[in-house]
Amino acid sequence: MNNAILSTIENAQLRNDIPSFRVGDTVRVHYKIVEGDKERVQVFQGVVIKRHRAGARSSFTVRKVSGNVGVERVFLEHSPRVEKIESLSRGVVRRARLFFLRELSGKAARLKDERDK
Amino acid sequence: MNTNPGIFGKKIGMTQFFRADGSVARCSVVDVNTVVVGKRTIERDGYSALVLGFGEAKEKHFTKSVITSFQKAGAPLKKEVRELRCAPEFAAKFELGAKLPLNEIFQEGQFVDVQGQTRGRGFTGVVRRWSFAGFVQTHGTHEYRRHGGSIGTNMTPGRTLPNLKMPGQYGNETVSVLNLKIARIMSDEGVLLIEGGIPGSRDGFVTIRGAVKKKNGGKKA
Repeated sequence: MNNAILSTIENAQLRNDIPSFRVGDTVRVHYKIVEGDKERVQVFQGVVIKRHRAGARSSFTVRKVSGNVGVERVFLEHSPRVEKIESLSRGVVRRARLFFLRELSGKAARLKDERDK
Repeated sequence: MNTNPGIFGKKIGMTQFFRADGSVARCSVVDVNTVVVGKRTIERDGYSALVLGFGEAKEKHFTKSVITSFQKAGAPLKKEVRELRCAPEFAAKFELGAKLPLNEIFQEGQFVDVQGQTRGRGFTGVVRRWSFAGFVQTHGTHEYRRHGGSIGTNMTPGRTLPNLKMPGQYGNETVSVLNLKIARIMSDEGVLLIEGGIPGSRDGFVTIRGAVKKKNGGKKA
């Protein structure tokens, strides 16, 4: 991404109201979804297992376990549909991609909170 | 032949942006800072076309005869010069040395055809060129892993049928992609955003025209 025109197009998309959060954090994402002609806000809460940092094309993946099923959602960080991101707690992690959580379940799938360190 | 209003330009790359409703438009970016450097008329040349030039060029890179032809036309020196076949009425609208006004030629949301030279891949086998599956890698396969298999029958017809998918030159051919949508026109910068991919590598030249297979050249009525 070194072309001046491309970066002006992309920089115009950037949002600066997004709080800082990291991989391992538990976040609550308020996401606008369109149902028919109505629009409502859906909240998705889970652990950030991946961040893709690429300017306006950045995205992050949130994983939660709903019932007994793991659910992962990819959000575009600078999308106008992301209304709000709340960071609830900060997990202690040693790697950038927490894909190992997919193989774990129950108590083993917990992350240590940074405050209890 | 597609003689709808159009332009030629240089592919810059691809990017994405958010539409007003929050959905994402993935698009190719084309630099179309193109200037009219000449005209072809039916009376003189037997056909009607605009001669367009792109990119700054220095005098030392041309021979004298080329420089004179630019000067005779009263046009600035341009690196890449191409003809754009078009209707005489369209060609008459523009003066020599003028930049083509994007907003008059295109509309946002209009359907266009994009023509360009695909990336050359050289002499390529069937697995890459035609997505053949190849052979099983084990069970004693010997020197036959990426081959195409049979190319026909024996006595009837006794020859290999034409147009069979075989290895050969792949890419480096002129290809048109039809019915792409114009996502955004940035006329100040001279940049067009076109939804979807277009042929060629970065810095390759492409021709963009109103769609042939849509009414009204792809424009909204």
